Amino acid sequence: MPGSGKAVLRAIRYLGSYRLETFGALTSLLLVSVANLAAPQLLRFAIDQGLTPRDWSNVQLAVGGLVAVALIRGLLNFLQGYLAERASQGVAFHLRDGLYAHIQKLSFNYYDTAQTGNLLTRLTNDVEQVRSFVGSGVVQLAASLAMLLGTIILLFSINATLALAALATVVPIFWVLKRFVTSIGPLFGRLQGTLARLSTVLQESLQGLKVVRAFSGEKREVARYGQINDELRDQNLQVVDAMSSNFPFVNFFANLGTVAVVGVGGLQIFRGELSLGQLIAFNSYLAFLLMPIMTIGFLAAQISRAGASAMRVFELLDTPLELSDAADAKPLPALQGRVEFKNVVFRYTGSEKPILKGVDFTIEPGQTVALLGTTGAGKSTIINLIPRFYDVTSGSVLVDGHDVRTVTLSSLRSQIGIVLQEALLFSGSVRSNIAYGRPEATLEEVRAAAVAAQAASFIDELPQGYETIIGERGVGLSGGQRQRIAIARALLTDPKLLILDDSTSAVDAETELAIQAALDGLMRNTSKTAFVIAQRISTVRDADVILVLDEGQIVAKGKHEELLASSPLYNEILGTQLRGKLTEAA
Amino acid sequence: MRRPGSIEAMAETTVQRAADRAGVARRLLREIAPFKKPVWTAMIFVVISAAGQSLAPWLVGHAIDRNIGSRDTSGLALSMGLLLAVYAASATAQRMQSRLIGGTGQRILASMRARLFRHLQLLPISYFDKRPIGDLMSRLQSDVDTLNQLFAQGLTQLLGQLLALVGIIIAMLWLNWQLALVCFTIIPVMLATTSFFAARARAAYRKTRETTGDVSADLQEGIVGIREAQAFNRTEVNIARFRERNAANRDANVSATGITSAFSPAIDMLSTLANALVIGFGGWLVFNERLSIGVLAAFLLYVQQFFRPVQLAASVYTLAQSALAGAERLFAILDAPVEPDDARDSTMLERVEGRISFEQVSFSYDPARPVLKEISFEVAAGQVVALVGRTGAGKTTIANLVPRFYDATSGTIRLDGHDVTKVSRASLRAHMAMVPQEPFLFTGSLADNIAYGYPDAPREKIEAAAKAVGLHDFISGLPKGYDTVLNEGGGSLSQGQRQLMAFARAVLMKPSVLILDEATANIDTRTESLIQKALSTLLAQRTAVVIAHRLSTITNADLILVIEGGQIIERGTHDALLAAGGRYAELYRKQFREGPKDAA
Repeated sequence: MPGSGKAVLRAIRYLGSYRLETFGALTSLLLVSVANLAAPQLLRFAIDQGLTPRDWSNVQLAVGGLVAVALIRGLLNFLQGYLAERASQGVAFHLRDGLYAHIQKLSFNYYDTAQTGNLLTRLTNDVEQVRSFVGSGVVQLAASLAMLLGTIILLFSINATLALAALATVVPIFWVLKRFVTSIGPLFGRLQGTLARLSTVLQESLQGLKVVRAFSGEKREVARYGQINDELRDQNLQVVDAMSSNFPFVNFFANLGTVAVVGVGGLQIFRGELSLGQLIAFNSYLAFLLMPIMTIGFLAAQISRAGASAMRVFELLDTPLELSDAADAKPLPALQGRVEFKNVVFRYTGSEKPILKGVDFTIEPGQTVALLGTTGAGKSTIINLIPRFYDVTSGSVLVDGHDVRTVTLSSLRSQIGIVLQEALLFSGSVRSNIAYGRPEATLEEVRAAAVAAQAASFIDELPQGYETIIGERGVGLSGGQRQRIAIARALLTDPKLLILDDSTSAVDAETELAIQAALDGLMRNTSKTAFVIAQRISTVRDADVILVLDEGQIVAKGKHEELLASSPLYNEILGTQLRGKLTEAA
Repeated sequence: MRRPGSIEAMAETTVQRAADRAGVARRLLREIAPFKKPVWTAMIFVVISAAGQSLAPWLVGHAIDRNIGSRDTSGLALSMGLLLAVYAASATAQRMQSRLIGGTGQRILASMRARLFRHLQLLPISYFDKRPIGDLMSRLQSDVDTLNQLFAQGLTQLLGQLLALVGIIIAMLWLNWQLALVCFTIIPVMLATTSFFAARARAAYRKTRETTGDVSADLQEGIVGIREAQAFNRTEVNIARFRERNAANRDANVSATGITSAFSPAIDMLSTLANALVIGFGGWLVFNERLSIGVLAAFLLYVQQFFRPVQLAASVYTLAQSALAGAERLFAILDAPVEPDDARDSTMLERVEGRISFEQVSFSYDPARPVLKEISFEVAAGQVVALVGRTGAGKTTIANLVPRFYDATSGTIRLDGHDVTKVSRASLRAHMAMVPQEPFLFTGSLADNIAYGYPDAPREKIEAAAKAVGLHDFISGLPKGYDTVLNEGGGSLSQGQRQLMAFARAVLMKPSVLILDEATANIDTRTESLIQKALSTLLAQRTAVVIAHRLSTITNADLILVIEGGQIIERGTHDALLAAGGRYAELYRKQFREGPKDAA
């Protein structure tokens, strides 16, 4: 893959912060190799100088030497493993830390098209791939190469003929391993794909349980699952096949080395060119030849995966932050609440047609603004531009007369309270969820916000009140309850400018009533400027200004009664609700 | 992929124990029964490869002592030829056995997966009520996966290695029993070392798993909650918190490594010590003329082959424990009773007009807490009955009883006068269609989704159904039209379009009875009016049981049942109930409270 090598090198550079660990691990590994190579020499010494001439003291010496080598090697092995892991965990920490900080700052624009699962994979699996290669992989690769080279040199120095015979058996091992690595890679890829499909069918049959039963789809689901299951089995059998037709033969060729060494070596002993001890030592070295080859083969498979992962990691890390403070950005002074849009045009990245086509309006401090329009008219876009979640394509957005691009993001956003379209709760207590924007808030403040958001009464009924754990792992809340917690969250920051996207709440009538009461309270509060996207007639009726949007333009502006009389679109949008009233009135 | 036998593999397998290990093991063995032939054939190969592995070092020793010692060139050639043959035979046998056993394992797993899935399709819906989908999924996936590991990696290798170990032990004892016994003292030391490290590594890895869980939870929230984070200016706090958890994870990993990276050096040390032992004690025996150098060399080879099987056995043991626990859970699914078969004298419903009656129907999951109490009502064919009430009042349960997703605890439900428990489920459901509150779409094309209940439907009928609900224009405007493939969950369609898809699916069935759980989500006005139009098509000419949230369905219903606490507290038409000024009138006013105000 082009660029993958570069990405791996860039990942390796992260080891720079862990020079000591990397260096220590590498040195230890090299010393381990030396110790490994020394052991058979001691064996040879024991046989040739001890056992054959019946010299007991030399046998003792050799045994002592072996034990000493074992101890040293053990210690060094431990050191290399430990240090390499320290380095690799450090690299993972740095990568993840950098990635997380980066994704926290990426703009909404990025997230509009990004997939959560994909981002998560980069931060978990991909980082893990890079980690395991960069830490231990690099060290092992270096050490294996050194070991391989050392063993070959040593073998040749003992006996060149025998060395050639032994090396001859290594060639087919390389060939078998290469064949295995190239065939198993795509096989595993396909296997993963099949597994994912199988899991989708399973998940759908569980989630769509009632649909399956109601439409008598059981047999077809079984057939669908069966087909993929058969595919999976066949692919698994292929993997079994690949494994079983390769690994036994790697062993076979390795053993062939023994045959070659004993056979050729035996003949050499006949001619007095080799001692028995040398022969046995030589045989032991064969294992040292095989080990680094296997390691290199394994790492070769890993390196391509690590390369692909590193590329994905760095691609994310290099995604430019579209929105950041200008060099001369100043903090926004305490907010009054005036909002102006000056001929604002906005187009989403990758989209041809603009979603806002020249929007102009001015809102005075304390006013309540209702935004109304069909889906895609640009309501959400307008409210997303005020806290500068996106930058305008042309024109400008001014808050208290300051262009939002000239003030710091944090000073701007900390003075705006927002209730987003789908209220997201985090795993944690009710309290920490409400205090999300002000983690230091006291319980009294949290309670006050909950009261204002009409959430206090249901929170008090929860098993542990404000300390009840909610979110994914905790107590489930209804849509309306979540919505009210989100409102409390926005209120706690005591913003001068409040933005509410209330367009998709799915709640029953009584909850709706409670939310409405919370909203009414907010909107009558004249100390705050409020922008509300709403479908409810009661919300719009109380607004100071209603902006009716169609196709990215403001087509009507005014109060409820005025628009009722003048704007056909206004009447159409509120259609069903107006009809509802008529039924009631009749 | 962790190598079986590595300390990481041992540490990462969470130790679980099956309650009835012997029973589960017997049952797993029964799973193997249909594969008797390949398994026994594999056993033969296992024996061959084990014999080969124990024979080879002996041949090497023989060559050194007899052939090299006596300078017998042709003898050496013969020995080497034999050695080659033994290695070749053993490699081939290994290949055959791992292929046979691995293949058998995969076939058993595939058959178990298929049976599990089929069983899930037959289980009563009540089985799923208390089991979160996530749990079931992970059971079916990770438990099967653990079994897979046991079959694919553990057993294939372990069987061969253990037999080889037996062969090696016999060969060693035969060659020189004194030296053999001394060598065997290493085995318990090795087992003790392994279990010492494995226990500590497991504890360390538990900590690692926890911190990894924290990191992923934080990541997930950091990504999913990015809009909140930026809106509430939380990014710096989040980054700091993540850094903390990330560091904790790093530290846990590093300290776990402290243990795991001590393991293989320790084993390695033992192996070198074993060498030293062979040379030391063996050398002493050689000095006393009780051992030849060739045998000593053979022993050196044997000792090296000790370690792998012993380590592997320790790791497979842990794996087997977890696999048995997993298998026990899988068997528990397979043993869960399926929906009772249709009654033996059940009839097929041929034609249905759609008259529904509930006669004193009660229902409860748990006798102490009845969900429905003696519900009675009757709907004439073609009428619409709307169920109104709070969440949890029992509306959904009533709707679920009609297609027999559950059976009533007492009382009788009749369709056209037939007791629904006396007709076959398939024929009952064939006359009904259901639209759930959250429309569910499958991966596949739009056409497949509409035709879910009628897979052989010709394209014209599918298009007609889409036309009937006002979806045809949208679909034919797509580049691939009806063949447009939906991604998971139908995410590319809007909420309103998904709703219409579910309608089209129901329309295609031409059901006599429709069960409709209305969606509550606010949908923009244009889609809303499409849905209203589609609804009136859907409800025309058929009996409908509607869990109602919408004004229009309620006002037009032939019968409104107000459900509270599992009972019908009010019944009648919209006008009658409104006039009565009871609970319905109250609910209605709350929902549309601006009405009176406006009228005033």
